[in-house]
Amino acid sequence: MDAVKAGPSEAEELADLLLEDVDDEVEEAYYLAPPLILTWRKFRKHNLAVISAFVLLILYLLVLFAEFFSPHSPHERYVEYAQAPPQRLRFIDSEGKFHLQPFVYGTEQQMDDKFMRSYPPITDQIYPVRLFVRGAPYKMWNFLRTDVHMFGADPEAPLFLLGTDGDGRDLLSRLIFGTRLSLSIGLLGVALSFLLGIIIGGISGYFGGLTDTIVQRFIEILRAFPSLPLWMALSAALPANWSVVRVYFFITLILSILGWTGMARVVRGKFLAVREEAFVKAARLSGANTAWIIRRHLVPSFMSHIIAVATLSVPGMIIGETTLSFLGVGLRSPAISWGVLLQDAQQVQVIIRLPWMLLPAVMVVVAVLAFNFVGDGLRDAADPYL
Amino acid sequence: MLLFIVKRLFLMVPTLAVISVISYIIIELPPGDYVSTYINQLTETGDVPDHVIENLRHQYGLNQPWYVRYWKWMTRFVGGDMGYSLAWHQPVRDLIGARLLLSMMISFLSLMFTWVMAFPIGIYSAVRQYSFGDYFFTFTGFLGLAIPNFLLALILMYLAHKYLDTGIGGLFSKEYDGAPWSFGKFIDLLEHLAIPIIIIGTAGTAGTIRVMRANLLDELQKPYVMTARAKGLQYWKLILRYPVRLALNPFISTVGWVLPSLIAGETIVSVVLSLPTAGPLFLQALLEEDMYLAGSFVMLTASLTVVGTLLSDILLAVIDPRIRYEGTV
Repeated sequence: MDAVKAGPSEAEELADLLLEDVDDEVEEAYYLAPPLILTWRKFRKHNLAVISAFVLLILYLLVLFAEFFSPHSPHERYVEYAQAPPQRLRFIDSEGKFHLQPFVYGTEQQMDDKFMRSYPPITDQIYPVRLFVRGAPYKMWNFLRTDVHMFGADPEAPLFLLGTDGDGRDLLSRLIFGTRLSLSIGLLGVALSFLLGIIIGGISGYFGGLTDTIVQRFIEILRAFPSLPLWMALSAALPANWSVVRVYFFITLILSILGWTGMARVVRGKFLAVREEAFVKAARLSGANTAWIIRRHLVPSFMSHIIAVATLSVPGMIIGETTLSFLGVGLRSPAISWGVLLQDAQQVQVIIRLPWMLLPAVMVVVAVLAFNFVGDGLRDAADPYL
Repeated sequence: MLLFIVKRLFLMVPTLAVISVISYIIIELPPGDYVSTYINQLTETGDVPDHVIENLRHQYGLNQPWYVRYWKWMTRFVGGDMGYSLAWHQPVRDLIGARLLLSMMISFLSLMFTWVMAFPIGIYSAVRQYSFGDYFFTFTGFLGLAIPNFLLALILMYLAHKYLDTGIGGLFSKEYDGAPWSFGKFIDLLEHLAIPIIIIGTAGTAGTIRVMRANLLDELQKPYVMTARAKGLQYWKLILRYPVRLALNPFISTVGWVLPSLIAGETIVSVVLSLPTAGPLFLQALLEEDMYLAGSFVMLTASLTVVGTLLSDILLAVIDPRIRYEGTV
């Protein structure tokens, strides 16, 4: 509201009458604005949430266009570059000359007498990093055949901006592909728990009485269950010969088995609160049936709130998947997720030699923080009439 | 009070029943039955007479429907017989007992650590709302929530290796491993326990600070605080005696929700730090499909959580004089 009022205050030379008119219009616009716009206006004030929403947008762009953004194929092994540290992106060459276009140096593996690999840069030739280079061919979304990647260097000196793993696979590409599985599992899992939560919580809250008691007791029992051991036990039971996709869906399912309870509780609470509202009574008196009332009147009235709760439960799913895969009972190689990538960094010795292998963890932290902040902002904005 | 406790004990029965069913499902989950695997193992090493196999099948009730098997397993479990670990060739009870005790100890100490850290910080954040310190702790809290336990463990191990020049992990240093108990060994144990406790506790601390801050802010706005101030009560004396006390109550009542996450944290941190607790044993059991061991672990940790919740409820009834449970449950 303040932001809109600032406009007319600048036009103070205008007649009072006119100003009042403008004010009225603004106010009317405010009252007539649909809830979604009001929510958006409130959300916009939460700076951290807006920035986080932007971060999430970028991450999900990576999810959608992983093939395009990653400079290499995530499975390609560059054996002669195994365990290479992150490459420096340079602007100034060894003679002190400045280049507007960033470039990298080529490198060659050297092994000392303790079999420690090192990759000293070879400074006689620079390889500029270019946009839209041709590289490994891929099929975007399984139908668009192309070989254009967003950026890359010369095939003579492949670009490893975040280093390579023990097998010489490009960590940046693997990180981007890992984003695809890790972030979609969080979203899909929450969507599943969302559905379960709304149905079960709705039934519990709408009918009340004995149904409510039984459902609530059941939820309490599930909530008392240590989630990680249960997740571990269930996902360890998935047969090892299953395809990546199948394991992926079952892990999602396993993560939502316990996830829906929190959602169901919130839905039930909201149901109990709005059940007695006048508009529900009016609908019932007009002869609307139960399913209609739930779908058209109850659920929309607290949807924004539920979405906020759902956003806040995504991080739990992401951490859950990461933890399971890290322990070796979740997604398994050749699937690539942040957890699978971190599995290679399980031993301290590995981290000491190849500290960049911990980078997937940074992604986890960033994604979790972003979801938390966006969820926080949504929760504050959920009820725009407050 | 006694009536309340009895009622709560009675209510635990269905909870434990559901938990035992879930645990049994876990035992039966892997395809193929465990006795076949075991018999295969036996025949590999030598000839096994048919009646031994038949005995085994009978002992595990494999020719009976699942609910009979479940009932057999459950009644034995209650009697203290948790089955036989096929990977370790030992009764599950002998394997899990001491390790579970250590797990419980670490979880309990972590909870204490969480509270000791979080309460003063929470009080500070509420009383000095929107100060630099408040923002700082809020931010650190968010960060603490966002970093998975195992990651914190990895990072601390890395730092310890880099700067302290000692590896952390395990329960004892090399010189004390296997040595008889002494004061030095005890101190050594405490030093090794500190890292896991800090790791597990930190995750909880972040959330607890947030809740403590919110609870206390609610209390601080109530009229009785202003009344007490107007009457000239010293500020900190007032804060600590009334609002803080009230703000603490929800923590005791929610111990039951914290316990599962503590156990989860303990499991994973122990795996990373290779502590001899129940967690790594559980993971190994899962990977080797040693299902009696794995099922017993799930059953025991879930049951202990339920018991912990009960204890916290009783504690709350004792501490908060406003709560009278006689009429309701």
